[in-house]
Amino acid sequence: MLPENETTAEARRHMAVCNSCRYCESYCAVFPAMTMRREFSTGDLTHLANLCHGCKGCYHACQYAPPHEFGINLPVTFAEIRAQSYAHYAWPRAMGTLFERNGTVVTLAAALGVTLVLLLTMALVDPSILYTAQRGEGAFFRVIPMWLMVSLAGGTFGYAIIAMLIGGIRYWREVGGGAPAPGPILDTAVDIITLRNLGGGGHGCNDVDDAFSSQKRWMHQAMFFGFMMCFAATTAGAFYHHILGLRSPHPFFSLPVQLGTWGGMLLCLGTAGLIRLKIITDPVPVAKRLVGGEYAMLSLLFLVSATGLLLLVVRHTGAMGVMLALHLGLVLALFVALPYSKMVHGVYRGLALWRHAREKRSSGMVAAE
Amino acid sequence: MVDLTRVWDVLVAGGGNAALSAAITARRAGASVLLLEHAPRSMRGGNSRHTRNLRALHPAPTEVLTESYLEDEYWDDLLRVTGGKTDEHLARMCIRASQHAPDFLKSCGVVFQPSLSGTLSLSRTNAFFLGGGKALVNALYRTAEQLGIGILYDTEVQHIEVQDGFATEAIISHHGFPERVRFKALIASAGGFQANRDWLRKYWGDAADNFQIRGTPYAQGRLLRDLLDQGVQEVGDPTQFHAVANDARAPMEDGGLAMRLDCVPFAVVVNRDVVRFYDEGEDVWPKRYAIWGRLIAQQPGQVAFAVTDSKALHNYLPSVFPPYKANSIAELAGMAGIDAGKLEKVIADYNAAVRPGTFQPMKPDDCRTEGLTPPKSHWARLIDTPPYYCHPLKPGITFTFLGVKVSDRARIIMADGKPSANMFASGEIMAGNILGQGYLAGFGMTIGTVFGRLAGEEAARNVRN
Repeated sequence: MLPENETTAEARRHMAVCNSCRYCESYCAVFPAMTMRREFSTGDLTHLANLCHGCKGCYHACQYAPPHEFGINLPVTFAEIRAQSYAHYAWPRAMGTLFERNGTVVTLAAALGVTLVLLLTMALVDPSILYTAQRGEGAFFRVIPMWLMVSLAGGTFGYAIIAMLIGGIRYWREVGGGAPAPGPILDTAVDIITLRNLGGGGHGCNDVDDAFSSQKRWMHQAMFFGFMMCFAATTAGAFYHHILGLRSPHPFFSLPVQLGTWGGMLLCLGTAGLIRLKIITDPVPVAKRLVGGEYAMLSLLFLVSATGLLLLVVRHTGAMGVMLALHLGLVLALFVALPYSKMVHGVYRGLALWRHAREKRSSGMVAAE
Repeated sequence: MVDLTRVWDVLVAGGGNAALSAAITARRAGASVLLLEHAPRSMRGGNSRHTRNLRALHPAPTEVLTESYLEDEYWDDLLRVTGGKTDEHLARMCIRASQHAPDFLKSCGVVFQPSLSGTLSLSRTNAFFLGGGKALVNALYRTAEQLGIGILYDTEVQHIEVQDGFATEAIISHHGFPERVRFKALIASAGGFQANRDWLRKYWGDAADNFQIRGTPYAQGRLLRDLLDQGVQEVGDPTQFHAVANDARAPMEDGGLAMRLDCVPFAVVVNRDVVRFYDEGEDVWPKRYAIWGRLIAQQPGQVAFAVTDSKALHNYLPSVFPPYKANSIAELAGMAGIDAGKLEKVIADYNAAVRPGTFQPMKPDDCRTEGLTPPKSHWARLIDTPPYYCHPLKPGITFTFLGVKVSDRARIIMADGKPSANMFASGEIMAGNILGQGYLAGFGMTIGTVFGRLAGEEAARNVRN
């Protein structure tokens, strides 16, 4: 369980005000979940914080927001608790410290990933291959041997999945999720896929200022589905390679390239859009300590997809070798950083939504009064 | 950049819902409009910032209101709370116009929440603003900005030059600097005087020092006083205000809605001298909500203490500040700073008078006392299950009833009965025309919106002619 500290005390103070006011009940899942409670253990606070999507609707609507002496600013308080929970449930535990200066960590991972892949490429294959046009089947593997690509990517990605899985299990147990029941898994999936909780009750959220807008929701959707399509592209590539016996580079209109192209463009659009929103948004409901890690991860995702798209453009030229190394270096960094970055929010948010769907069902959503 | 040297068509004094409804309406009718808000931007919106809903007539269910709520029922509700201290013509006009208030606000970007449970079960009669009054205020200001209404924050209207019922110019303080503003029509929407403690002291003496002001500290009544001093007709009892039972530990100003305590029906309430003074279980809380502030204001030290036990804790909304909590009544009295022996006796006498019944928290049940003075008519259960709890209470003042007299077109009436040539009013500054006493949840926002629109229309028409 998250230790008691200033932030949990502050969150509990916030809950005392919010649970007595309840004006925000229609904004998102946090407030109905809060209404079901009167006492807030750190587990409850962790659950509510991870349920919070950071839409900032409650801040802009708050009669107690700063400069009011109560200084209610849930988006910041919950972001802090989320960040603490990411560190607390990191696996192995010691790696939790990587969330401290996460922007630096992710940036370093990117720099090291690119450097490592470039150096490895030069060490393992004839350096001249890096600068000459490679065509035909297996062109990519002449630059980076397949065994290296598969073992590096597979190893790091597999590690990331295991680390995040263990984190998720520990989170669920400690926060007090109870015995997992499959019941409301569909509701949860709908919540995740539609980002309903970024809708502010249907009219969008306060992603920039006190005006309602759906920019953050759409940009996150673009990023999420772009990411998923790129993941599907890789899976399709593996299927082509191992089952169909087709070697990359695949033609432009093949499934892997199509998925990768559109997914990459969506990913670029979404990450660039989210970075823009972060720059122009009202800074008061933003936890400044945490934005570094968020900028770094969004930038890394943007660079991964941008270099992927560039690779498609230059894949028949002499620039392909360097671009491939660059792209795979960034992918490697992404996989390495995955369990120690903002990306883990997907795991905990998903679990929080699942738990909320269960609570909603078992309470019949009847308020405590 | 707002030009203070030009002649504005319409000057709106105030920055809450009533002021913005008026400003937006006048601007849409083609007038140039300057709105002056006393508060800084972060605290803008007057008491509207703390509101949550508005009461609207509707013949059939809407997206935001269930069933129907018709004129006669609405009027009956108003008649009951005001005890007849209202103006039927104005009230019925306002009630009929309230049907269109939600659509008007929607046209200004205000979002309503789908009909929900609601803490006072008001979803049939009241339309709730998504996120509450501050979200409404944000939307109205945004619309006002888009329409090109001049808006100045930190700007107080201190004096209006009035000659024979005709207003010529305003003396204002803009960020502390004196300025003059010329205009063709004035809309006074600057609220009541409830945050002006000196003014309250005139009627209430030192007790006024113990009143908590629930809403904006900017409701100083300066414009109200100025207009009344210049021959505008007065309406409403100057000594009276709307007040609820607040947490005694709340901020003295701007504590807002969350400071109210609704534990009274499930508690035994004593004053500083440890004497019960009113039937705690007289009726369901929404109907008694507004009388307890006044009751406590009349007690010595303007303080009271609601005592419950662990059975009752979950029957009312959680309080922001935790109640005093103890395993004996005597210990509880010590924490509250009242006489332990007396409190033990009050509770013992009460427990002895409680008759068995079936407890039903949401409606008047048959749990009552017998032979106790004053009685507790409903929800009377034994206070015998520790831990015991005590919520200290003070009066939290929402608004004052004193106002300026207006016509059914929101035109200010002068003391001699003649309508002003170019002055209009909306909101709390004129609510006393309709609300002579008592309160109906969400009716303040209704009056503000309805009379705001009227004042805006009339002021714009006035300018054109």
